Amino acid sequence: MPAHAAAPYGQITQKKPAVAEVHILWITAGLGCDGDSVSITAATQPSIEDVVLGAIPGLPKVHLHNPVLAYETGDEFMKYWYLAEEGKLDPFVLVVEGSIPNEKIKEEGYWAALGTNPDTGQPIPTTEWIDRLAPKALAVVGAGTCATYGGIHAMEGNPTGCMGLADYLGWGWKSKAGLPIVNVPGCPVQPDNFMETLLYLLYQVAGRAPMIPLDEQLRPKWLFEQTVHQGCDRAGYYEEGDFASSYNSHKCLVKIGCWGPVVNCNVPKRGWMAGLGGCPNVGGICIGCTMPGFPDKFMPFMDEPPGGRLSSTAIATYGKAIRTLRAVTNHTVNKEPKWRHSRSQLTTGYQPQSY
Amino acid sequence: MGTTTTIERNQEAAGKGQLVEMNWDPITRIVGSLGIFTKIDFGKRKVAECHSTSSIFRGYSIFMKGKDPRDSHFITSRICGICGDNHATCATYAQNMAFGVRPPAIAEWIVNLGEAAEYMFDHNIFQDNLVGVDFCEQMVKETNPGVFEKAEKTESPHAGVHGYRTIADIMRALNPFTGAFYREALQMSRLTREMFCLMEGRHVHPSTLYPGGVGTVATVQLFTDYIVRLMKYVEFMKKVVPLHDDLFDFFYEALPGYEEVGRRRILLGCWGSFNDPDVCDYTYQKMTDWGRAMYVTPGVIIDGKQVTTDLVDINLNIRILLGSSYYDDWQNAETFVKHDPLGNPVDQRHPWNQSTIPRPQKRDFAGKYTWVMSPRWYDKRTGDYLALDTGGGPIARFWSTALAGLVDIGYIKATGHSVKIYLPKTMSLPETELEWKIPKWSNAIERDRARTYFQAYAAAAALHFAEKALAELHAGRTKTWNDFKVPEDAIGCGFHEAVRGVLSHHVVIRGKKIANYHPYPPTPWNANPRDIYGTPGPYEDAVQNTPIFEENGPENFKGIDIMRTVRSFDPCLPCGVHMYLGDGRVLETHHSPMFGMQSSQP
Repeated sequence: MPAHAAAPYGQITQKKPAVAEVHILWITAGLGCDGDSVSITAATQPSIEDVVLGAIPGLPKVHLHNPVLAYETGDEFMKYWYLAEEGKLDPFVLVVEGSIPNEKIKEEGYWAALGTNPDTGQPIPTTEWIDRLAPKALAVVGAGTCATYGGIHAMEGNPTGCMGLADYLGWGWKSKAGLPIVNVPGCPVQPDNFMETLLYLLYQVAGRAPMIPLDEQLRPKWLFEQTVHQGCDRAGYYEEGDFASSYNSHKCLVKIGCWGPVVNCNVPKRGWMAGLGGCPNVGGICIGCTMPGFPDKFMPFMDEPPGGRLSSTAIATYGKAIRTLRAVTNHTVNKEPKWRHSRSQLTTGYQPQSY
Repeated sequence: MGTTTTIERNQEAAGKGQLVEMNWDPITRIVGSLGIFTKIDFGKRKVAECHSTSSIFRGYSIFMKGKDPRDSHFITSRICGICGDNHATCATYAQNMAFGVRPPAIAEWIVNLGEAAEYMFDHNIFQDNLVGVDFCEQMVKETNPGVFEKAEKTESPHAGVHGYRTIADIMRALNPFTGAFYREALQMSRLTREMFCLMEGRHVHPSTLYPGGVGTVATVQLFTDYIVRLMKYVEFMKKVVPLHDDLFDFFYEALPGYEEVGRRRILLGCWGSFNDPDVCDYTYQKMTDWGRAMYVTPGVIIDGKQVTTDLVDINLNIRILLGSSYYDDWQNAETFVKHDPLGNPVDQRHPWNQSTIPRPQKRDFAGKYTWVMSPRWYDKRTGDYLALDTGGGPIARFWSTALAGLVDIGYIKATGHSVKIYLPKTMSLPETELEWKIPKWSNAIERDRARTYFQAYAAAAALHFAEKALAELHAGRTKTWNDFKVPEDAIGCGFHEAVRGVLSHHVVIRGKKIANYHPYPPTPWNANPRDIYGTPGPYEDAVQNTPIFEENGPENFKGIDIMRTVRSFDPCLPCGVHMYLGDGRVLETHHSPMFGMQSSQP
């Protein structure tokens, strides 16, 4: 297109975002495994490059500062953290990955840290970064079950006293822009669940979406209001009271450890990536990894959930009857109608005037 | 740029060199939190000293005590967010031994296919989206503009295969996000993760692994979905291997002496990968045999010689030392396992007998400075506690497999001095044979080169596993799981290769509960601090004495040669480290001779 040409007519559809640029500061230095950062590199709906390279209309320009992907290293990387602390990196969204250790329970040292304090030469505890940055952030997002509720590292008997972000900042905490903490649980977080939540927040920042709808556990409602079971393609076996008694089965796994009926998660429906994979839908018991009660309330993982026996027993009689009736009907519909044949008569019911 | 404190001349040692303390904290483009602290002699253009430190402690060995041993693979997967499945797999190996269960053959092939996809994914994303940035246009221009000019004028020897005419074109393609190859690799890392999800359910913490087998349903569709994706990756690898060869060979040519960057003594460990279900029964008694039947051969390489391929030997000589780590010693704590199932004595410093007693404290580089312990391998011939490294995984796997000469599956042939990899015809490229040859050095470039070749190795191995799995399926043997009972008391161990190197899990079961559990992933082996004998860990050792080729002086020094050294090990700190490279503080007036100050330039 020549440089002097008028802007294309359709450009009137493109509204400038309310905020031109936004930074995402991503702390992976909780007690975690970086699995959530790795997970987002698997996302395609949207992908990380869709967001960073501006491939989705109406979003602010996004500057991502994530240690797993950053070009910069050491102090060049940390300078964004200091700028944010000084209020010079505005606005920014703070993403926290990993559970928050309790640094108050010991005399010295650290459980988790990021960067070195130039005055003391000692590591800067992750909790100190959260204290410095949370008040300045437009929004604070917990990525994965460790950051949201404590997760595996907050298991009974743990030495670090770690917890989720809302346990640390307070469940009623609000950002300076009035947003509650946004929790996207999952161990790790399902790739598209996280990127879609981030996309929603970017739309909100751009002035193109209302306040993000969250439930009481601060999860995006549209992702977590259904249970695993409600989205599981093995739920049909449950309905017919047909349960797997070994892991070598394509049937419903509730009697050998699956917690799907009581766990809020969309993975069997969405799949893990590109609609593939998942948990009970592909033979893996649901161990409740998106839940605040994870992991302790689901252990030992491979035993039948104690509360599940009553309902699965109750459905056994009904399910067996239904299954028998369906087998009869299934047999019928597996046969073609009788008029499809190669004999020399027409038996379809049509009455020809002449042939 | 690293942190630089004041830069002064050493007054007392007037006429000596300028030692500058530089640190990089955190090191990015790795997994986890690592800081590197160094002292650099800009007069001699050499790193004089390096400390590696880890800033995270979680305490798996503590909170797993008393838990159901069937849960161990679900729990330990969470150790690592990029190779969690390697942990889950290794944990099931240890469970299988402890519970006395042997999975059906097709389950083993499914696990092997999943783990092969993990190598294909993880080496790919690390090499081309994380390490690759150290070789991209922007980085090379900022650190060695002269090298970039040369790259513009250097034709790629394999341009006809990979399509990038000059070396500078390759470097441009590696620029983060905007580079075409960077984005292609990222997209490919998703395809391989889909392959992974087909076999193990979810990435990176699998859902379908169990002791005794898998819950994955073995159907025609499962393998179709995997194989069509695999062949796209095979085609990709036919271009990627020559692309990296061109890039890495160029560095040797453009910067004579670059082989010294990250070079250390050849001390490599590989614990073997991919079990053969025809041989592997998971008994400790037969571990020597089924270890040697693995499709990546276990071994310890000392100064280029393979001193063992025996997993029992490897196992018994693992020692966990302290010295610079934030823990109390366990020398007088309980001994859980006095003898292995073959009657051999088990050392108190062996993982079966380790007790983890954390002692948080201030960081002191003259004392304790990291959460990582110091794993060593005891060489009974010499009495040395060797600081083996994994070289980020592939170089050790290749070296061990090549020398042992045991693997021979058509697609892969170990020759005794090299490994041949056969890739069949794909959509647009003919059949191709690649050959990884034992290099002269264990250095940064060769660690990186081996990583690319191992991606092809994993793809070739997957072709074999898929054929074996389909043969089971076609024969009607689709059962994927065998039942077991948890014994009252038992011990178990699992040996595997996490993506970045050796992985072991050791479990002790008492009263059907976990009494002791110690996983040893690759990063503790690579990223550990000076041990009780003063032996530095491999990162420290490889960074120390690394020559500096970067054209920048101390004032805007990026430490690229050090970064390439550290990243060549594929650091993964959730599994263990933090390194710190100091940025320009002048050193105290007296220097220890071990830092090489005596011969420094004025």
